[in-house]
Amino acid sequence: MTIASSGPREALIAAPVVAPPTTTPPARRRTRLTRNRWGYAYVAPFFLVFGCFSLFPFLYTAWVSLHETSLSNIDGGTWVGLENYRNLLQSEFFWNAARNTLTIGILATVPQLCMALGLAHLLNYKLRHRTFFRTVMLMPYATSIAAATLVFAQIFGRDYGLINAVLEGVGLERIDWEGGTWTSQLAIATIVTWRWTGYNALIYLAAMQSIPGELYEAAEMDGASRWRQFLHVTIPALRPTILFTVIVSTIGAVQLFGEPLLFSGNGTTNGGTSNQYQTLGLLMYQQGWSNFHIGQAAATAWAMFLIILVIVGAAAVVGRLRARADR
Amino acid sequence: MSLSGKGKAASAALAVALLTGACGGSAASDDDAPYDPDAPVTLTVGLFGTFGFQEAGLYDEYMDLHPNVTIKETSVEKSADYYRALQTRLAAGSGLEDVQGIEIGFVSDIVQNHADAFADFGQAENADEVRETFYDWKYEQAMTEDGRVVGLGTDAGPQAMCFRRDLFEAAGLPTDREELGELWSDWEGYLDVGRRYQDSPTKPAGSAFVDSPASVFSAAVYQGELAYNDEDGNPAPESSDGVENAWEHASEAAAEDLTAGLSQFGDEWNSAFANGAFATIACPAWMLGYITSQVGEDGAGKWDIAPLPGQGGNWGGSWLGVPESSDDKEAAMALVEWLTAPEQQIKMFTREAHFPSSSEAAEDPEVADATSEYFSGAPIGQIFGESAENIRRTPIGRYDTQIQEAFTTALTNVATQGVSPDEAFEDAMASVEQVTGG
Repeated sequence: MTIASSGPREALIAAPVVAPPTTTPPARRRTRLTRNRWGYAYVAPFFLVFGCFSLFPFLYTAWVSLHETSLSNIDGGTWVGLENYRNLLQSEFFWNAARNTLTIGILATVPQLCMALGLAHLLNYKLRHRTFFRTVMLMPYATSIAAATLVFAQIFGRDYGLINAVLEGVGLERIDWEGGTWTSQLAIATIVTWRWTGYNALIYLAAMQSIPGELYEAAEMDGASRWRQFLHVTIPALRPTILFTVIVSTIGAVQLFGEPLLFSGNGTTNGGTSNQYQTLGLLMYQQGWSNFHIGQAAATAWAMFLIILVIVGAAAVVGRLRARADR
Repeated sequence: MSLSGKGKAASAALAVALLTGACGGSAASDDDAPYDPDAPVTLTVGLFGTFGFQEAGLYDEYMDLHPNVTIKETSVEKSADYYRALQTRLAAGSGLEDVQGIEIGFVSDIVQNHADAFADFGQAENADEVRETFYDWKYEQAMTEDGRVVGLGTDAGPQAMCFRRDLFEAAGLPTDREELGELWSDWEGYLDVGRRYQDSPTKPAGSAFVDSPASVFSAAVYQGELAYNDEDGNPAPESSDGVENAWEHASEAAAEDLTAGLSQFGDEWNSAFANGAFATIACPAWMLGYITSQVGEDGAGKWDIAPLPGQGGNWGGSWLGVPESSDDKEAAMALVEWLTAPEQQIKMFTREAHFPSSSEAAEDPEVADATSEYFSGAPIGQIFGESAENIRRTPIGRYDTQIQEAFTTALTNVATQGVSPDEAFEDAMASVEQVTGG
């Protein structure tokens, strides 16, 4: 990347030097270019780091995904074209992981954003100890995924977990949280929700505080209840923010990895005994780092990237259509 | 590269496992120079888990014997993480230590695909004498088809069956280890004892006979002619007598609810030790330390050890290899030879409870006559020694760990989700295909 794009730039800079500076305009142009040169110098570190750690791995992953190769022999694989992608689409494990990612994503994202909206609305009132509540809300976000997941895994434990002890205490059946499909997905969605609700609430709160008070006063004059004010003033004003959080949460949901990896507690990458909570991220990790099929894992990584592109693209189109309809 | 620079690179490598690659390849001049055993040298040793050389004081002993040698060890906790880093370094051809630990889970990958990257112990002058000291199967597992030896064995994992005396007594079962050994001379006998335990009205409520179907499966599978691979070390679990036999008994145990339905090494499994949730567990020699640490001092005298159903079997164990890229290959090989020699293996057994992979060490009275107070005075040296004698030279392959996981998770589904054994077997085979293909 650096080679391709810095070449023309150098040529531009070098050109006026070679041309004899006879008149004033080229000199002025040179100052502008010199000034630009410093600008390029200032942004160069970012692009260098971006090139090394984002763009190169990105393209290299695409290259690897077209090979059949193992971890200990990454550069020595054989070219297989789109074979890895074909395998992926025919693999029941891929569709299972895609389904799990979708269901866990919905289970985690929808309640999370609804609760965040509600919490933000409450915190928008003039409460006592407001700063305290706002800080507390952000605490889960500051906790490491590993620590949170380990604690939740214990809480959801089958034989010695807190929840099952309570269930048994009130005379209900114990639940094998990790063993079941829905129960395990619900448990993982709980961890995600616990961690991200406060973060989203703060974003909503910031957006709410920029809604002019007159709108609420006007609504109140018209006799709108608090609930109606929330529905007809707050929500429409928050629409761009909501769209933003939906996109960010969706990207997070597609990449969900740490929670399902650590939930089993013994470091296996299969996402449950019948892969009941194996997400796409975990499948990719299993292919690459447990089974050492790096080409296959790279293909999965690109598939995930394409899925995110499609979702973000769809969200952008929806957002634009809504905006046009409003005008 | 200077010696101090190399030491720094070694410690940096621990922190930034994948990206450094700072420790360069060997300089050609070093290889050409004749080996001087008295020249000052720093040897780096890359290990995982608890090899225990440092703890047993073997490095200090070696450095006292050879004042010119300085040994620096870096250790990664999980062998899987260690193996990933090792693979990327093998691919990059740099960043390798002078001595690298090799586990049974990936020794065959190294033998099959990276033998050239490791120094050949089979070419050493005293190679035949060294070979004599090891169990045949142990020595041969680190040997390529054309006789290249990529490493020498450290410990081994001969298996026995650990059982809870107190739970057996409560259930009205015999607690004499020899009597039990005869009752469960084969796996069918073991399941019969399990059924008696299950049906006992006096057994402690909520306790199961065995921790997991994996205990039966993983122990039984290596008792066959073949385990997960054909004779050439290629995965072929569908046509293996070991898998067939192990699956039959393990799925029976799972379907009849003889197991506690736990996943081994999970959180619940760890808690179950202290809670007395199961009465037996197949235990390789290294499992004794695990049980002791999970149950604690309160468990002393509760556990005992009987022979494994069927014949002996091996689970786990490691080797030490020397990468060809090492600047001090000869010195590193001398260290490995010393660390794996019978005298040191005896010390590792008495000090760290690692069972020798050297038959000479295992036959030494210090090992052979050893008993364990914690395990009700069980003659561990004799039980594990006999198990090690009977271990078959089963071909191992590079995907054994993953294939085993596919089978044991499918068995957990039989135990906890009520999946039928036939359906579970199909699931397992689909997972195996995903592991080996692709």
